[in-house]
Amino acid sequence: MGKCDALIIGGSAGSLDVLLKVLPALSPTLSFPIVIVVHRKHGSDSLLPDLLSGKTKLQVKEVDEKEPVQAGVIYIAPSDYHTLIERDHTFSLDYSEKINYSRPSIDATFQTAAEVYQDKLVCLLLSGSNADGVNGLKSVKAWGGIAGIQDPASAQVSYMPEQAYIHVKIDYVLPIEDMAEFINLLS
Amino acid sequence: MNLELPVVSDEQVEVLLADLLEHYGYDFTGYSKASIKRRILRLYSLDKAVSFAEFRYRINNDTFYFKRFVEQITVNVTEMFRDPVFFKTLRNEVLPKLGTYPFIRIWLAGCSTGEEAYSISIILKELNLLHKSLIYATDLNPVVLEKAGQSMFAMSQMKQYSENYILSGGTKDFSSYYTANYSLAKFSDELKSKIIFSTHNLVSDHSFNEFQLILCRNVLIYFDRDLQHKVLQLFDDSLEGLGYLALGTKETLDFSPLSKNYKRVPAEKIWRKVS
Repeated sequence: MGKCDALIIGGSAGSLDVLLKVLPALSPTLSFPIVIVVHRKHGSDSLLPDLLSGKTKLQVKEVDEKEPVQAGVIYIAPSDYHTLIERDHTFSLDYSEKINYSRPSIDATFQTAAEVYQDKLVCLLLSGSNADGVNGLKSVKAWGGIAGIQDPASAQVSYMPEQAYIHVKIDYVLPIEDMAEFINLLS
Repeated sequence: MNLELPVVSDEQVEVLLADLLEHYGYDFTGYSKASIKRRILRLYSLDKAVSFAEFRYRINNDTFYFKRFVEQITVNVTEMFRDPVFFKTLRNEVLPKLGTYPFIRIWLAGCSTGEEAYSISIILKELNLLHKSLIYATDLNPVVLEKAGQSMFAMSQMKQYSENYILSGGTKDFSSYYTANYSLAKFSDELKSKIIFSTHNLVSDHSFNEFQLILCRNVLIYFDRDLQHKVLQLFDDSLEGLGYLALGTKETLDFSPLSKNYKRVPAEKIWRKVS
């Protein structure tokens, strides 16, 4: 596996439990940033970064617009905006139409990151009940990146990883208990 | 919407943006690249362009299509009383302070289809300030302004807007502000009487008045840092002392050298010009 410049994790229904299990087992010295895009209700801001920051020694923060993407930080996509990654490795936020009924949309982050990080990008799609992220994973593969999914058998809601498995050539199918090690080895 | 994006290079996007500036005088070169590129790719897919060359040719040579292009690549998603807590602060803190002035001039920059303009008008009316207020609502896109001027919004949105209105501190019956006309809600002429809809491009147009309140929410996120600085300077030039500047939930004045002249209203993205 090539060097990883960024890991992006997308998830919807049933993905929070996975994050709560995986984050505590992450190495505190990751050499790349993690961006987490999960669907949630508008207005529930700041709860998620607070909840997740209690589970890891890594810095956890909500994305600010135009902020540089830095290694060793876990970024949370804010609710009700799409999080995009720019060529100069900064974040942009976008309040355009929902995609797959979702804002933030996982596709939007995967697709913009795919072009920027190309073969140094790893994207992971977790449990969820819609197909957001699937087109994004297609872009990731088209640009040479690595596509992983949560093993649908271990997902509370298997539809999202299943759709990815059907439509995209997936590199890794990961049960929850293998995820932290997989991520730590990307460093 | 669920799109697989075509592959278009950054260089092709740059060429297109240079065309727009040269042929039409619209300058999108200071926009955030990832965002504008996504908008362009989205339209390219929606309109099933055969090739980028054809897409570019059409934009450059068909003025009707160019209008569609501008309408589609700018983001026009908005709602009434969006972020109700923000409007509550306007209602309870900002507008009552401005109410002591003999006349209130408000600039709503990037007003899109007008939902926020009518929201502000409703609050001014309830505070009994509408008669001495004027809202300049501007956007670069004439198509959305035309829609804004009709003061009609989808009936299907009214339940959501009514909830937002109540959360923003409104206590009237929201439906008293419009009349239902099949699938559309037509807002009263009184609300519109103090709004002036006009084109203004934040990138290329200058200050046109002095205001006590400038609102520009979820516009700066589409600009790169340099353009953000330039536009914030334009706002500063257009804002009276002790006037207020209101930005979007994820936007800030903090990185700007102007911030030293401003004092933030606690917990809100509202700054008061103090020197």
